[in-house]
Amino acid sequence: MNRFDYVRAGTVAEAVQAFAAGARFIAGGTNLIDLMKYDVEKPGRLIDITRLPLDQIEDHAGGLRIGALATNAKVAYDDRVAERYPLLRNAILAGASAQLRNAASTGGNLLQRTRCYYFYDTATACNKREPGSGCPAIGGMNRIHAIFGTSDKCIATHPSDMCIALAALEATVQVSGPQGERSIPFAEFHRLPGETPEVDTNLAPGEIIVAVDLPASRFPQHYTYLKLRDRLSYAFALVSVAAGLELDGGTVKSARLALGGVAHKPWRNREAEALLEGKPATRESFQAAADLIVSEAKPQSENGFKVDLARRAIVRGLEQAAAGTPQSLSDKRIQ
Amino acid sequence: MRLETQPPVSADTPIGITLTINGQRRELQVAPWTTLLDLLRERLDLTGTKKGCDHGQCGACTVLVNGTRVNSCLTLAVMKDGAEITTVEGLASLGDRAGSNALHPIQEAFIEHDAFQCGYCTPGQLCSSVGLMNEGHAHTRDEIREAMSGNICRCGAYTNIVDAIEDVMQGSAR
Repeated sequence: MNRFDYVRAGTVAEAVQAFAAGARFIAGGTNLIDLMKYDVEKPGRLIDITRLPLDQIEDHAGGLRIGALATNAKVAYDDRVAERYPLLRNAILAGASAQLRNAASTGGNLLQRTRCYYFYDTATACNKREPGSGCPAIGGMNRIHAIFGTSDKCIATHPSDMCIALAALEATVQVSGPQGERSIPFAEFHRLPGETPEVDTNLAPGEIIVAVDLPASRFPQHYTYLKLRDRLSYAFALVSVAAGLELDGGTVKSARLALGGVAHKPWRNREAEALLEGKPATRESFQAAADLIVSEAKPQSENGFKVDLARRAIVRGLEQAAAGTPQSLSDKRIQ
Repeated sequence: MRLETQPPVSADTPIGITLTINGQRRELQVAPWTTLLDLLRERLDLTGTKKGCDHGQCGACTVLVNGTRVNSCLTLAVMKDGAEITTVEGLASLGDRAGSNALHPIQEAFIEHDAFQCGYCTPGQLCSSVGLMNEGHAHTRDEIREAMSGNICRCGAYTNIVDAIEDVMQGSAR
């Protein structure tokens, strides 16, 4: 780990003021410290924001405001989250381990970096770590990589489970920075790699996440977070599906669907969501939506299996949501 | 407690922190890049806490910070200024057993159920088990297994570890 200056901030304004080029804010540290141990991140200054008063979960504007420092465990086990946004609870609990969820913050979860092997290995090229150096994952070991929204510069995936649910729930990210405060709709928070894969999000330098806002209760009955991975716990998703439905009898009133493990950001396809509206909540409707989504897939040399896996996971996830039988967090059999 | 923003501390200056470790208050000077794990093992000779992967993947370094289980390898000591830390060396004196030589019930249950072989992961498994019980979210065997998935045991003692935890949760440990 490199040497760095350490600043402990007392207020958001002080944290923002302490920011300088090469500095990083640190909260849970579960990803940043790991990256520092690999010399992927070498901040000149760490600004410790854990003492800021941002760990509350509060009723706000008919929904819920989750403070950026609320730990993943605190959010997952909050009674209001369980009651109004069980999709979020299930997604959080599908990720990481209990120890990591106890430390990791809400804001930090949004900002965690990809787990692409090449990004982590400083002996290799990586356009995300070292812009312009190349992408060995293209044509290399890319079994875990993206099938949607890739560029010829980067095929890395976004690693979070929580963010997949936040995308389906259409959360809003509240940020504060040198230019003041602003709100970022969740769909616009993370970026596709394009020509600048080193930029993961649309946060400006020195901006700090202060809260994540959830709209009024969504999908309290008809939801699932279905996560498919190489082992049954404590592994990143190969494909995951956050599905939420509002049903009117047997008809879909509205649908929200986000996929994890397949793109540089939580992957949504609004055409597929619109296609489901007004349709019967049947396997045929779900297959049509899944076919539409995967018709845009561009698999790499080793991850072609993800296309069919995603198609099937979408159908199964929508079936689980429609039936009101979300994927169990402890019994890993997929019903 | 009023918390002032501290002026940036230059990389060469150690920072003064106070930690209560296994009930003992310690005033320490640490470099900001010192992990809690390295502080415990290298500076304080509390070598019960183990370094396995050093990347938060194995759980061998699990300790309790203010009663909550975390990976000490992914924790900077300076950020835990003021916290209470419990390591495997302090488990026996938790609760009403302070001052006695008795083991913590989970330690007794691990022995009773043969819940380890080489023992390297055991301090982390024990602290994680206590953290799990403090949290109170896991009730069934499946839930215990899921909630312990952050602790790897390469000898494969998982079945017996779950037995030991279940035993203590049911209050039937010796």
